[in-house]
Amino acid sequence: MLLEVSRLSAAYAGVPALHDVSFGVGEGQIVALVGANGAGKTTTLRTISGLLHPVRGQIAFRGQRLDGQPAHRIAELGIAHVPEGRRLFSRLTVRQNLLVGAHGKRARASENEAMERVLTMFPRLRERADQRAGTLSGGEQQMVAIARGLMLRPVLLMLDEPSLGIAPKLVDEIFTTIRAIAREGTTILLVEQNVRESLELADHAYVLQTGSTIADGTGAEILASDLIRRAYLGI
Amino acid sequence: MDGDVLLQAIASGLLIGMVYALISVGLTLIFGLMEIVNFAHGEFLMLAMYAAFFGRSLLGLDPMLSMPATVGLLFLLGVLTYRGLISRILHAPMLAQIFATFGLGLFLRGLAQFFWSSDFRSVQDPFLAGLSGGNVNVGAVSLGVPQIAAACLAGLAFLALYLFIDRSRTGLALQAVAEDRATASLMGINSDRMFALGWGLGAACVGIAGAVLATFYYIYPSVGVVFALIAFITVALGGFGSVPGALVAGLLVGLVEVVSPTLFGFSPAYKYAVVFGFYLVVVLVRPQGLFGRF
Ligand SMILES: Nc1ncnc2c1ncn2[C@@H]1O[C@H](COP(=O)(O)OP(=O)(O)OP(=O)(O)O)[C@@H](O)[C@H]1O
Ligand SMILES: [Mg+2]
Repeated sequence: MLLEVSRLSAAYAGVPALHDVSFGVGEGQIVALVGANGAGKTTTLRTISGLLHPVRGQIAFRGQRLDGQPAHRIAELGIAHVPEGRRLFSRLTVRQNLLVGAHGKRARASENEAMERVLTMFPRLRERADQRAGTLSGGEQQMVAIARGLMLRPVLLMLDEPSLGIAPKLVDEIFTTIRAIAREGTTILLVEQNVRESLELADHAYVLQTGSTIADGTGAEILASDLIRRAYLGI
Repeated sequence: MDGDVLLQAIASGLLIGMVYALISVGLTLIFGLMEIVNFAHGEFLMLAMYAAFFGRSLLGLDPMLSMPATVGLLFLLGVLTYRGLISRILHAPMLAQIFATFGLGLFLRGLAQFFWSSDFRSVQDPFLAGLSGGNVNVGAVSLGVPQIAAACLAGLAFLALYLFIDRSRTGLALQAVAEDRATASLMGINSDRMFALGWGLGAACVGIAGAVLATFYYIYPSVGVVFALIAFITVALGGFGSVPGALVAGLLVGLVEVVSPTLFGFSPAYKYAVVFGFYLVVVLVRPQGLFGRF
């Protein structure tokens, strides 16, 4: 396993948000984390990337313990977290946002190739390179957020709701891009509101309910399970 | 009202305004980065001026020659202030942060008084004051060489700082941390290092300002007080956290301070009252300051 999360619990200022989260992500896989609003998907990603420190449990990446390490060091190990709500640096231009994405030592050397790669992947960003990120449309902002994550040259790319608030046509484009990124060899951990699409895309999926992982299977298995669909996913 | 006198006042106002801008940009940089106001900023300036003074009296170095060392020392002071004090109160209530930097300022002032007495000192025969007889005449306008040099150096420092923040990799990281330190950390940026750098740079700006001010200003333990007050006004006027705002507001404050007594014919003793009055009017009309971003 590339990433192994075991019996993770986490809290916000003493209020528990994760109770018992366990799952694994294999090298080269697309793994989806699904669950209702407030189930703890975002919190799980935030704990992996070091924005939040776990109360209990372990996170191992390539056999190395992540829990307790600061976020900037976890990023240097090759984990990119594209956060919910995009969180672009709104006063910086598109290009500057991408450059900031390559700030880490691991990414710096190959900054130019990475820039060329993401601008080829998202041609629209090339046209908008010198526009302030805060003035982009929602869909364009999401492209910048994903591209900024890729600038890190991540081994593992964690995407939190990449299709949230985006026009349906663009959603398809984003899912196509995610598939392309995976084909190029980047492992992906995906959190999505679009449960159906993400389960169709995923090699493996875990269902999260009120802070605990309660089921897992291939994307197709989860989709086929009436119980899980009705009880936890509402589809 | 004599046109030449007015021209003279405008030129002098712009020159001192550049120095105000440089002092203020250090303050606004730190605030923009972490929303902490450095109430010891004036005392940093005071220490820089003493550094220039002692460079001359103990080592025989002109303030212009000792300036790199002064700037280096101030950078170090800024970093140490962050590491030793500020980083410990990052998450403390705002009032605690105010008292911490305010207390540091009082402490530094007391220290200066204790070791160096409250005598007014001045740098002996500064190189700039001797240059071209100390004055440059353009038409009917006569300007002091030290003041001109101060404005030019301040302008250069301002430009360098602006390019660094806007163009360099580290500058971009500083801006990223200023906007959203959590997200910046996901890019591998260590916000703690950026904060230390911000304090270092903020203090280094004051180092340059202090070195040039020392060539034409008296040096005493509370010399920073009035400059700090002006810097606070300048920063508020320009918009908290705005670098271009500090430049425009610094020039404006310099102009108002020097031109208004000339223009309206009152004693220069009231110049600060006019500056503060001007400030009040602007914030009533535009509370976020000229370039404010909230
Ligand atoms: N910053 C925060 N402070 C306090 N509680 C929080 C915070 N963020 C999330 N929570 C709580 O933690 C729990 C899990 O939230 P989380 O955001 O991880 O859910 P999610 O599965 O991502 O939901 P959504 O689908 O709505 O994004 C919720 O009960 C939420 O109220
Ligand atoms: Mg969420």
